[in-house]
Amino acid sequence: MGQTRKVLIVDDEPNIVTALEFLLRRSGYEVRIATNGAEALAQVDSERPDLVLLDIMMPGKSGYEVCQRLRERPELAATKIVMLSAKGSEAEVNKGLSLGADLYITKPFSTQELVATIDRLFASGDGPAA
Amino acid sequence: MRTPKGVILWVTAACAAVLLTLAVGAALQFLAADAEQRPQLIALAVQGAPAVFFGVAILMAAFGAGASWLYRRYPHAERQLAEQARSLLAADAGFRVAAAGAPPLAELAAAINQLADAYHRIEHDLEARSAETRARVEEERDRFAALMSELSQGVVVCNAAGRILLYNPRAAALLAPPQAGGHGDYTPLGLGRSVLALLDRNQVAHALDLLTHQLGTVDRPQASFVATAANGALLRVQVAAFVGADRRLAGLVFTLEDVGQLMGRESQRLRLLQSLATGVRGPVANLRAAAENLAAFPDMPADRRAQFVDIAVAEARTLTERLNTALLAYADALKGSLTLEDMRAADLLAVAQRRIGDTLQLPVAIEDVDAELWLRVDSYAIAHAMTFLAARLAGDYDLHGFRLRAGSGGGFGEVDLIWTGAIVGSDALSFWEGEPMRVGAEETPLTLRDVLERHGGEAWLQVDKIRQIQRFRLLLPKGQAAAPVPLRAAVESRPEYYDFDLFERIEVAGLLAERKLTELSYTVFDTETTGLEPSAGDEIISIGAVRIVNGRLLKQEVFEQLVNPRRPISKESTAIHGIDNRQVANEPTIEQVLPRFYRFCEDTVLVAHNAAFDMRFLELKEAATGVRFGQPVLDTLLLSAVVHPSLDNHHLDMIAERVGVRVIGRHTALGDALLTGEVFLRLIPLLAERGIVTLGQALEASRATYHARLQY
Repeated sequence: MGQTRKVLIVDDEPNIVTALEFLLRRSGYEVRIATNGAEALAQVDSERPDLVLLDIMMPGKSGYEVCQRLRERPELAATKIVMLSAKGSEAEVNKGLSLGADLYITKPFSTQELVATIDRLFASGDGPAA
Repeated sequence: MRTPKGVILWVTAACAAVLLTLAVGAALQFLAADAEQRPQLIALAVQGAPAVFFGVAILMAAFGAGASWLYRRYPHAERQLAEQARSLLAADAGFRVAAAGAPPLAELAAAINQLADAYHRIEHDLEARSAETRARVEEERDRFAALMSELSQGVVVCNAAGRILLYNPRAAALLAPPQAGGHGDYTPLGLGRSVLALLDRNQVAHALDLLTHQLGTVDRPQASFVATAANGALLRVQVAAFVGADRRLAGLVFTLEDVGQLMGRESQRLRLLQSLATGVRGPVANLRAAAENLAAFPDMPADRRAQFVDIAVAEARTLTERLNTALLAYADALKGSLTLEDMRAADLLAVAQRRIGDTLQLPVAIEDVDAELWLRVDSYAIAHAMTFLAARLAGDYDLHGFRLRAGSGGGFGEVDLIWTGAIVGSDALSFWEGEPMRVGAEETPLTLRDVLERHGGEAWLQVDKIRQIQRFRLLLPKGQAAAPVPLRAAVESRPEYYDFDLFERIEVAGLLAERKLTELSYTVFDTETTGLEPSAGDEIISIGAVRIVNGRLLKQEVFEQLVNPRRPISKESTAIHGIDNRQVANEPTIEQVLPRFYRFCEDTVLVAHNAAFDMRFLELKEAATGVRFGQPVLDTLLLSAVVHPSLDNHHLDMIAERVGVRVIGRHTALGDALLTGEVFLRLIPLLAERGIVTLGQALEASRATYHARLQY
């Protein structure tokens, strides 16, 4: 586990991005940021993050769509996807997990708890990604 | 054919006249003769007398035979023919007249027979045609009744006088009795009963006033109101009037809908809003104050600063908790809009299967469906959405058919549109989701997204690349199974939810005693008791009753209630009716049950077998319950004695056997009441044969028989 993990934050709300970026860096993660779906797909290709923090409600491509696109690619199977959403109905959680997300977290959440959850996700995962 | 007496007398009289003439002639001759000739004449007369008598006898016989022959050939044959012709109408269809006598008579007979042939032909045709019409009307009524039973709304139809002619099982379920006994205001739904008693009298009366007011001015008079049923259900009632040919009110149609659930969800939403508004205000105010202080005074002392930061963190946490609690508590209120209906998933798939198949001319199969699954959906919108998706798929890809599946997934129902082969891009759905759904000529401005939002549902594309199977999964809210329709399977014959003969029946005014037995409404009842001596403290433990309206036993409209006697039931009596102490322990008491039973039999004549016994129990409870059964009572035991005065055994089983009623389900109160009811209906025509037609006559005859029986 000597290697630094890379996390891609995809959200169009700068306030939450600022807070998450700060906290994740402090926790030792390398952080990349995208503010819409298309940007997110491009960064996944160029940066190959280990984990994508994906907001659902974004202009253009929704988080669901980005998730589905990523999961269509077998070489990205080890990339973890954590969905963040202001909507949190049972149906939406169900949809997110069905489309291949590893976790679905409803806003508002505690930023510290989120980071702890991400840590756990890597700890239980099967080794570092490419 | 014997010669009639008249003819014999007549012939005898004629012969006597001949003899008399001969005798008078001889006497005159004797008087006119000389004295010396007289002895000669006497000798001659004595000598000739036998010859004269013999001659006269021969003459008599010949004359009599001739007269008899003439009689038979002419007046008698005509009369006989006339008699036969008269009996033609009443006799078997095969009977024809036969003519004896002169040839013209035979011709007349042949003509009569021809007429008879023609008459019977017409009669036969008429009968066949009317049987056909009857069968068709029956079939239409059955179809209508079946249709009514399937409606999800309750329907009650009454005539202008407010008497109920029809109701459907849904109405019966909506207006079912309250759970616990003792509700004084409950009147059961039933044919021939007044519609005013069903709901709040004032509300119904007010609606009727409104309708009557609209009658002359509006084409379809309508009124509606929301009322609470005796069982607590909140009902939206719509009343429509229908007008007869004479422009007068002919009847009313009530449709009933349970809006309790809708109203419940609506008020839940209100409460959610309120709890959010009040629950969030406080923490936001505190958070804002702390944040603004921190921003405005960067130079504040460190301990102060730490205090405000703590406040901000704590309030943010509280805010999160309140939000989550409120959303969790009212999660159901956020699911779906108010216009959704509970529907079996299997039915929804069947509708979608037909629509997709018809629209696209592609095979659509149902792969799997959870029979227990109910959804809360706008079935039209969902079927339309599925057809839209199938049409878009079939338009853009080469597909050979679809499969449908419905199953349960957590708190939701999953409805899948499945196909094999063509791999559809993941962005297809998000593109189609936002389009107005057009299928052929049918277009709605709604998009799939709108429909899903209205259902609080979701949809996505799911791919199984290895098996080349793809599906659109619709996640829809689960619904509640509709209340089962009561009693349908238990009844052998066709359900008796309607009686249109009541429609035409003019309300018969006048004294009850003068009304015909055939047109009265009855409550036939029976009780089971702890023993045979009410005065010694024996109590009723079960009451069963059934109604007779318009000459029909209404097996759907029954009363059946166990009663807690508040004293032990003896083993001997348990052996008869099978009811033991344990069974009645949690049942209502007689004080709770009798007022309900009273409402059930209001406005009817009571009928029971050996009624005096049951009435004695009821009368002893008058003081305790405040309920007095003052209506006339008929006793099938006494009526049987009226009909069969020479027989001694008038046990219910024996009478049933005599009048041809099959005995089943004896010795439950309801079973015996049903049997007594059937026996009573058979006794009515037998009473009529004895000239007993009205209630007054039946009561009088019963009284007379009762006294007659006492004397033995």
